[in-house]
Amino acid sequence: MSLLDYFRISKVASASLAKERLQILVAHERSSRNQPSYLPQLQQELLEVIRKYVNVDQDAISVNFEQDENQETLELNIVLPETQR
Amino acid sequence: MARIIVVTSGKGGVGKTTTSAAIAMGLAKKGHKTAVIDFDVGLRNLDLVMGCERRVVYDFVNVINGEASLNQALIRDKNCNQLYILPASQTRDKEALNQEGVGKILDDLKKDFKYIVCDSPAGIEKGAHLAMYFADDAFVVTNPEVSSVRDSDRMLGILASKSRRAERNEEPIKEYLLLSRYSPDRVKLGEMLSVDDVQDILSLHLLGVIPESKSVLNASNSGTPVILDEKSDAGQAYADIVARYLGEDKPHRFIEDKKGFFGKLFGGK
Repeated sequence: MSLLDYFRISKVASASLAKERLQILVAHERSSRNQPSYLPQLQQELLEVIRKYVNVDQDAISVNFEQDENQETLELNIVLPETQR
Repeated sequence: MARIIVVTSGKGGVGKTTTSAAIAMGLAKKGHKTAVIDFDVGLRNLDLVMGCERRVVYDFVNVINGEASLNQALIRDKNCNQLYILPASQTRDKEALNQEGVGKILDDLKKDFKYIVCDSPAGIEKGAHLAMYFADDAFVVTNPEVSSVRDSDRMLGILASKSRRAERNEEPIKEYLLLSRYSPDRVKLGEMLSVDDVQDILSLHLLGVIPESKSVLNASNSGTPVILDEKSDAGQAYADIVARYLGEDKPHRFIEDKKGFFGKLFGGK
């Protein structure tokens, strides 16, 4: 740090931005760490089956795996398009 | 009982080899017979940082393949007779390592050494996996920088699930944080993640902070572990780390900006 730094206009503290981004990312990566490795393939195959009947987007389906002490939950969420008749 | 320490990080260039050389030397200087092994097969550099590159005859892979005995391959350090280096092979790739071979060498070393320091390669592939697989303690070297912190967290997940201790349901590997290349003045300006920030994210026991220091390059230029430069800040930081690891109570240093008014005025380092 030199004399000039004292006159520098205070910038956005980039470190706090880094911390915030890391906390979100690390939490997300930790939660997916214990998931079974077949999840992405399961998601892909389910998507293919659903597409036989309904035209849905790639991101219209989400598969979540949760684990607590006594049970494991596999949650499947499909968002159907609005204009289905 | 011998202990195996892995020096790991996931990310490259954060100071794993510098740290391995420094802590191995520090433990040996304290009178503990120590071996330091370079797991970076194909990109060997520990020999260069330790200043024994011209004395390498046999290497880690030669011992695994039975082409040389462990005693033939171990190089006694020129500065400390309690310290031995097992260099990596420069001409092979990491596939030359295998779990039984590495396990056997570590078992043999455990009979004769108090500490065995495993210098992990970057990444999470075979070399890094074998470096951490048999470990009792892990020194996770992290820079206060987003990609390094993320990779360290990834490595923590691997230590907790893929090590021998995890596979056997034994007591988990003891994990320690070594925060390196730290600049207190940049932390003060809000330009760099602080020790507290990194600890909040990784929730690891802090073994020490190593400040960004010119002495690290000077040390590797001359092939002497930086811990032998007792006047330097980085050398003192590593000495503290070794002392804390051995159970001494040392207050943390190099976290605050200690530069005086004139230092700040002229931007000297």
